[in-house]
Amino acid sequence: MIESAIDLLLAAAIIAVAASALHSRDLFRGVVLFIVFGFLMAIAWVRLNAPDIALAEAAIGAGLTGALLLDTVGQIGRRKENEVAPARIRVIAPLLVVPLAILLGIAVWSLPRTSAGLTALAESRIAESGVSHPVTAVLLNFRSYDTWLEVAVLLTALVGLLTLARRGTPAGPNERRPPEPMLAGATALLIPVMILIGGYLLWRGTHAPGGAFQAGAVVGAAGVLLILAGYDPFRRLPDPAPRAIAVLGVFGFLAIAAVSALSGSPFLALAPRHAGSLILAVEIAVAASVALTLTALFAVARRVAAMPPEIHSEQEDDETKARSAGPEESR
Amino acid sequence: MNDFVLYSVVSVILIAIGLHALIVQEHLLRKLLALNVTSSGIFLFIVAIAHRNSTTFPDPVPHAMVLTGIVVAVSVTAFALALVRRLHARTGRVVLHEEEGLE
Repeated sequence: MIESAIDLLLAAAIIAVAASALHSRDLFRGVVLFIVFGFLMAIAWVRLNAPDIALAEAAIGAGLTGALLLDTVGQIGRRKENEVAPARIRVIAPLLVVPLAILLGIAVWSLPRTSAGLTALAESRIAESGVSHPVTAVLLNFRSYDTWLEVAVLLTALVGLLTLARRGTPAGPNERRPPEPMLAGATALLIPVMILIGGYLLWRGTHAPGGAFQAGAVVGAAGVLLILAGYDPFRRLPDPAPRAIAVLGVFGFLAIAAVSALSGSPFLALAPRHAGSLILAVEIAVAASVALTLTALFAVARRVAAMPPEIHSEQEDDETKARSAGPEESR
Repeated sequence: MNDFVLYSVVSVILIAIGLHALIVQEHLLRKLLALNVTSSGIFLFIVAIAHRNSTTFPDPVPHAMVLTGIVVAVSVTAFALALVRRLHARTGRVVLHEEEGLE
């Protein structure tokens, strides 16, 4: 009875916060409400017995996404107006969305209330997977191909950002400011604890909720905290190290694929004898990779500027041509 | 009310709210927030399915899918934010209008 009340209240809160986040007049307020929405979703994951996802949502979905959004709002300025589409679209949009929602609702309502799914299959094979936590077994053994591509997507986002950014040091805020004392003091206390928690989550993922992505997210958040406090987390790393660590996740899976190919097993298959240690090795590589990539995503975003100095835009070329043509015409 | 039914209905409402805002809002950052809300709605539905399928533990395959989805959503958001910053630095505004090109 109490539990149903909690679920109903949570459902109502999630919908209300989402709606106000998307339609608030002030962009800053909208982003803050979105972060609140992220944390409410984390509670919903706990209610649905999905603690791994709750950890990931709180760290990556609400925390890191929130930090990126706030940083962007800081640069582009908080808007007090609500730019909405012209009236014609504002009328058509509900006419499209409401029937779609009704159809989805009917489809969802007609689903069977109980079903088997793949739980039994996972349960039967978990003994030979090398770990005892089912989500980790699926993520890093049964469906490791998806995880490999997921890490590649994260790397691709970083490469995309690097193409948009001004060349320079890999990190560092645009203005060199001395670290703020309060933030620096708090950071000094928090960073060691966060690294420890990251390591613990990584080790814990083999037998309980946790794992490489959650660990990488916590350490990545530590890196973002360093940047916000005014430090450069990449300063001490020798030059190839950041890029090497960023690709470490993808190459970890590549090594697994090579090992499985050379031993004659199916692609990315892990022999039960070695599965445990191989999974731990890949998890360390992925966690390091995710941590560095998340910090780098935050850092490089601050260097995205109008025109990188070494590439001329068409506008600059036209201006140069106009200027050189001008004196000739006036003669 | 059954957990599965409640959360899957909530997920449909979230998807609808997100899609509506995605169409109606012109500011690119708001469109991005709308996209994230829609994604969260879809993830909520998938996890509700996993909850429905649970025996001794919830169905781990949808959980792995949603974990992957969250990381991909963050990657997309980070890249989209970089594009927003670039657009703002080039033109000073964060909306796309059909009449004007990129000056």
